[in-house]
Amino acid sequence: MGAQLRVYRRRIRSVSATKKITRAQELIAASRIVKAQQRVAASKPYADELTRAVSAVATFSSTQHPLTTSVERPTRAAVLLVTSDRGFAGGYNSNAIKAAEQLIKLLEDEGKTVDRYVIGSKGIAFFQFRDVDLAGQWKGFSDRPEYTDAKKVAGELIDAFVTPTDEGGVDEIHLVSTEFVSMLTQSPVAVRVLPLAVEETDEPPAGGPFPLYDFEPSAEGVLDALLPRYVESRIFNALLQAAASEHAARRRAMKSATENAEELIRTLSRLANNARQSEITQEISEIVGGANALADATAGSD
Amino acid sequence: MAELHVELVAADRKVWSGEATIVIARTADGDIGIQAGHQPVLGVLESGPVTIRQADGSVVIAAVHGGFISFADNNLSLLAEITELADEIDVARAERALERAGAAKDAGAERRAETRLLAAQRR
Repeated sequence: MGAQLRVYRRRIRSVSATKKITRAQELIAASRIVKAQQRVAASKPYADELTRAVSAVATFSSTQHPLTTSVERPTRAAVLLVTSDRGFAGGYNSNAIKAAEQLIKLLEDEGKTVDRYVIGSKGIAFFQFRDVDLAGQWKGFSDRPEYTDAKKVAGELIDAFVTPTDEGGVDEIHLVSTEFVSMLTQSPVAVRVLPLAVEETDEPPAGGPFPLYDFEPSAEGVLDALLPRYVESRIFNALLQAAASEHAARRRAMKSATENAEELIRTLSRLANNARQSEITQEISEIVGGANALADATAGSD
Repeated sequence: MAELHVELVAADRKVWSGEATIVIARTADGDIGIQAGHQPVLGVLESGPVTIRQADGSVVIAAVHGGFISFADNNLSLLAEITELADEIDVARAERALERAGAAKDAGAERRAETRLLAAQRR
């Protein structure tokens, strides 16, 4: 076998091996998207009830809560970025990081100092590589977040928020994560988590107007307990959506990788066939040429 | 007897929903029992067992670890980060967790294990 042909065959073998891996990744991701979507749906009743309860308390009590009061001139802000622990997900992580960088730049242009909090190895690695200090980092749960994970993260952020600014606390908290729009579209979004904005609207709340509640133990007590849970629930929802987006992005990236591998194998097979064919042609012409030379030689000696 | 609709919701799933005649839960101020037609109420729950009594006399017990109770228009929602039905509780595991938490002086974990055991005892 000729050298050229051997090289082609070897490349075809290696591309096929890669294709098997990407195909497997694609199938795994596809099966996990469904589960991740179901988890997003399963967390909805809790989030909805909580939102309704918060709105109800906010409607009836005019009490100012530390988590709803915004500082007049915010000077320090925190940005929580949600990325994944593993790569192989196309532009998923770089899109989220880019959105976070834009937000950070915007905040810094407004004269705020920004503390960075990052979830997921990829985001952590990005900032560590650039020698940027992180105020907080978590990893190990990006593809299957549990409520306790969200609680841990939210706890630390709320602590930072209630700490006075001159003691290292922050005045506002932003969240950058990837929203699961559909199987094909996942877009990075940036939202402000804290302080919670209390909006006055004339629209009736979802599920009818609020009845006159009796608060146990008191409106303030209920609000005290509700608001941290509300923040946790927001972060939990963001984590679940990010997990679903991660799987969807990975499925798409792996699908196109598999398709590229197929294309490559096809091209290489053509080249290999070509090489084989020209090798055969060459051998035939060598044999024919040799035979003719021999025939001429014997004819001449007669 | 008049019935009310109950939804028992944990952060990551809906645990139980159905009709009941009375629901007894523990709030910060003490146990509260809610029957159909109760005044609208929104309260903070303590960790503890919740009893849901149904019209046919059967009783559903759940361990609720913190959370909220809200009642309006004959709909009662029990929201909690962690909620388990008593039937789902593994007593041996809860006992082990209690011992471990006691040894590690982890008050939160100890309370969770105690709540689970209390709920399991009542089933």
